[in-house]
Amino acid sequence: MRALARNKMRSFLTILGIIIGVAAVIAMVSIGEGAKKGIEERFASMGTNLLFVYPGSRNIRGVQSGFGGFTNLKPDDAKAIEERCDAVKATSPSINTRAQVVYANKNWNTQIQGTGEKFPEIRNWRVVEGVYFDESHVASGAKVCVLGSLVKQNLFEDEDPIGKTIRINKIPFTVIGVLESKGEQGGFFNRDDMIAAPYTTVMRRLRGVDYINSIDVAAVSADKTSEAQRQIEELMRERHRIAPGAEDDFQVRNIADVAESAAESTKIMTILLGSIAGISLIVGGIGIMNIMLVSVTERIREIGVRLAVGARERDILLQFLIEAVVLSVTGGVIGIIVGVGASRLMKYISLFSNITTVVTPESIMLAFFFAASVGIFFGYYPARKASKLDPIEALRYE
Amino acid sequence: MGLEMNDKIIRLENIVRIYQIGETQVQALRGITYSVNYSEFLAIMGPSGSGKSTLMSILGLLDRPTSGQYFLEGVDVSKLSRDEMAAIRNRKIGFVFQNFNLLSRTSALENVELPMIYSHISSKEARDRAMAALAAVGLKGWEHHRTNQLSGGQMQRVAIARALVNDPTLILADEPTGNLDSKTGAEIMDIFCRLNQERNITLIMVTHDPVIASYARRRLYLKDGQIVGEEVSQGACDRAPASGG
Repeated sequence: MRALARNKMRSFLTILGIIIGVAAVIAMVSIGEGAKKGIEERFASMGTNLLFVYPGSRNIRGVQSGFGGFTNLKPDDAKAIEERCDAVKATSPSINTRAQVVYANKNWNTQIQGTGEKFPEIRNWRVVEGVYFDESHVASGAKVCVLGSLVKQNLFEDEDPIGKTIRINKIPFTVIGVLESKGEQGGFFNRDDMIAAPYTTVMRRLRGVDYINSIDVAAVSADKTSEAQRQIEELMRERHRIAPGAEDDFQVRNIADVAESAAESTKIMTILLGSIAGISLIVGGIGIMNIMLVSVTERIREIGVRLAVGARERDILLQFLIEAVVLSVTGGVIGIIVGVGASRLMKYISLFSNITTVVTPESIMLAFFFAASVGIFFGYYPARKASKLDPIEALRYE
Repeated sequence: MGLEMNDKIIRLENIVRIYQIGETQVQALRGITYSVNYSEFLAIMGPSGSGKSTLMSILGLLDRPTSGQYFLEGVDVSKLSRDEMAAIRNRKIGFVFQNFNLLSRTSALENVELPMIYSHISSKEARDRAMAALAAVGLKGWEHHRTNQLSGGQMQRVAIARALVNDPTLILADEPTGNLDSKTGAEIMDIFCRLNQERNITLIMVTHDPVIASYARRRLYLKDGQIVGEEVSQGACDRAPASGG
């Protein structure tokens, strides 16, 4: 122990590897946890009675089409679901595209979300300025739009956007409303970075297609979601003329399923980030082993004296092992402080401004125990080497 | 005969030690048979390469003989494991080396406490015993000095206190005055004499200095790994004023 204090600089450099490793693990895992929490919050704010209808994989004469290349979901499907399923309160067809948006001398690239007039009701998303487009706008394919709060901020700053004309892919749209801010809890993307327009307009003017990407469905209440799901599946099979026993060409998922799969993907990301950071911990451990080996060589005489006065192998082994563990645990504690600090600080660095970080006690414990075991693992070999020294040779060592 | 044996603290039966250096074998000890009485003061002398250091290592249980038997206080210790040897070194044997072998940048007190770490003595008692041992070698007041602040003679006194602290029956000294001037050497030898006479500790000392060897009551001469002579006379210790019986 005293040997560590005697070589302050060397001890510090040794534990630097562990500090960086532990800090990296905590910071990386906090990003992953932040993304997970963001997703959970986002789905919670959408409401628990939400369902989505997606086109499914379809087998056309033996050719399996890939996911995403589907054209078989039509606006009429949404209308039929709303009219004929009594567990369904409202539906909104959804079709998305990305586009360059220009207002005066400003421009911005954002997501254009084509929706029905019931979108704010279904998604539990209020309009704070102006109004949302209504049934007649949708029916006529009117060139009107409602801005997400981030787009409003970027294009108009403090100016009143209502009634102004913006150009989406050079097509003029009139701004009729602004959505409330949903905040940044989306993890890596910001939900306020979007423009809503009637789905009919997006289909015809921006995409030039006759199908939609998905249908948002609100069940009459949260406990009716499974019934709504069953009714939708029945209706869709009938509408798409799917023979009994044949595979669906669509899929209905409720919000819990979607949230779960999103959480799954962030979990994989967390593990990936954490394990990359974990590698740096192992590198730090090799640093500890290196310095412990040097320390053993330097202190061969001391080990000889200890053996001569009656130290058993175990005593010497423990002495060096404890030194290694003290190094790694000290590094672990400092690393935790640095890691927690770094994940707090990330909010203030513009590059990471839309990354939410959450430091969980589990990630701290994990990093700490990992650091301690790295110390034991990499301290064992030098400690064992010290304990096996021949006392006579050790005493004579110059 | 068994009774007689128990009077001897050390009994060596045909001790042979062969070192294997590469392909060649070096016979450091070629059959040593010898006994040492309790409370003896023995000096082992001989030219370098005579095997006296090897013999000291075996006597101190730092090494095992290739063949032969070593009885310490009537118990065969020539085939013990490393940890069993360590336990006996800790309880029964004190070492004093030519180059002191103290832990650097550590206080005199901590150096003397070192053997007691391994005999599981409470830190309070260890402190008391270390203080007493330091006082016995005349270092009262120097307990908290670091070893690198001490003179050679003081360092050797710390080493003697360390050898003494676990109340050993045997102290082995390897050229204990080799790094000291003759006046300091004489002071160290006086301490050894007192320990031998007042505490009845058996002392075995390796030296090539006839003046230092003359303190011992018995002198053993080694050459080429064999005993070539033995001399018994009144040692300088017996004439020294410290003598009390």
